[in-house]
Amino acid sequence: MKVKIKVNGKLFDKHIPNDMMLIDFLRKYGFYSVKRGCESSNCGLCTVWVDQKPVLSCSYPAARADGHEVTTLEGVLPEAEVFGRVMASMGAEQCGFCSPGFVMAVLALKREIPNPTEEQAREYLAGNLCRCSGYASQMKAVMQYLKEGYQ
Amino acid sequence: MFTAKTYLLASSLEEAYDALQKNKTNTLVAGCCWLKMTRKRIWTAVDISRLGLDSIVPDGDTLQIGAMASLHSLETDPAVKGFAGGILSEAVRRIVGVQFRNCATVGGCVWMRAGFSDLLTALLALDTTVCLYHAGQMPLDEFLTSPVKKDILTHIIVRGGQRRAAYVSMRLTETDFPVLTAAVSLLGEDWRVVLGARPGLAARCERAENALGTGDRDAAIQAVRDDLRYGGNLRASEAYRRQVAGVLLARAVEKLAGEGAAE
Repeated sequence: MKVKIKVNGKLFDKHIPNDMMLIDFLRKYGFYSVKRGCESSNCGLCTVWVDQKPVLSCSYPAARADGHEVTTLEGVLPEAEVFGRVMASMGAEQCGFCSPGFVMAVLALKREIPNPTEEQAREYLAGNLCRCSGYASQMKAVMQYLKEGYQ
Repeated sequence: MFTAKTYLLASSLEEAYDALQKNKTNTLVAGCCWLKMTRKRIWTAVDISRLGLDSIVPDGDTLQIGAMASLHSLETDPAVKGFAGGILSEAVRRIVGVQFRNCATVGGCVWMRAGFSDLLTALLALDTTVCLYHAGQMPLDEFLTSPVKKDILTHIIVRGGQRRAAYVSMRLTETDFPVLTAAVSLLGEDWRVVLGARPGLAARCERAENALGTGDRDAAIQAVRDDLRYGGNLRASEAYRRQVAGVLLARAVEKLAGEGAAE
């Protein structure tokens, strides 16, 4: 089927398999920040935004994204780099495989709840699993980043 | 993952319903979170995301929730948060993560009739009507025990916004399936007691409701342990769930009483 999907501001007018998932569409066209993780809808690695809302691209049919605007990490790089530096400065990143999805979730949190409490942030980010950080340093970095009010 | 020969972005409910009937493998795509983990061989995947079924419309003591409303919208919508003590918002907020809840839909949760459903537990504690495109309206408890037929759940109507209600669940880890869920609600002297994830489908316990009506909380706790069927799975044994059921009921009643005091 034919779809028109805007990814990071660029329009992709493509024929796709009918059962293609958004993650496969994005990776096919070079958005490699979108990682495949659990394949059971619970790790958050594949998080992207559709019309500014964070969704699991592994569970989102590409056909449904027709006519919508998708944002991946590549589309918010300047903002992501700022948060990335805060993460690095606080030793909050280890293997980094979960980082793209985590960063997308943190930036979505910043937009949805501008001044969250730590409890709200923890709850919002609960859908992003990390197998090496233990979360404590990640949460410190998130709260530091949000507290500093980086733009 | 499932495969689909064709994908229909339906432009009307009629088109979607007709497409569903054409082939026995034709399947409705709701949130897709569960469907994508199946190995179904689908001829036509029928997508109803463009039919405007994602609205939440408050009307006095009633909420009309579209089938394609996301679980996250239940968390954030002011009308839902203020409805029956915010029980529906509370019930969904620990389901996996925000990005999952932005995909998963109310209709998908209700149609699946999953035993582990947090939302069904909360909806049963209120007066919920399920609206189907072909079969019309029916109470949620009747829908849950009806044979599954190919139809389209368009929206649910939840009455009972004046009810005081409380929801509690027990999970082994924060975003996991629940070991057990419990919801209570009260309007006047009319109690509702619902236990879910037993691991079977959520169910009311009438004897516990009557006991709470007479103020006998211990009898209610004993009733949920005695009258409902529990089972064991990898999360918990039957005996454990039976014990936890009483504890969760007590917590839910205390929570409800606490909210009442705060009012």
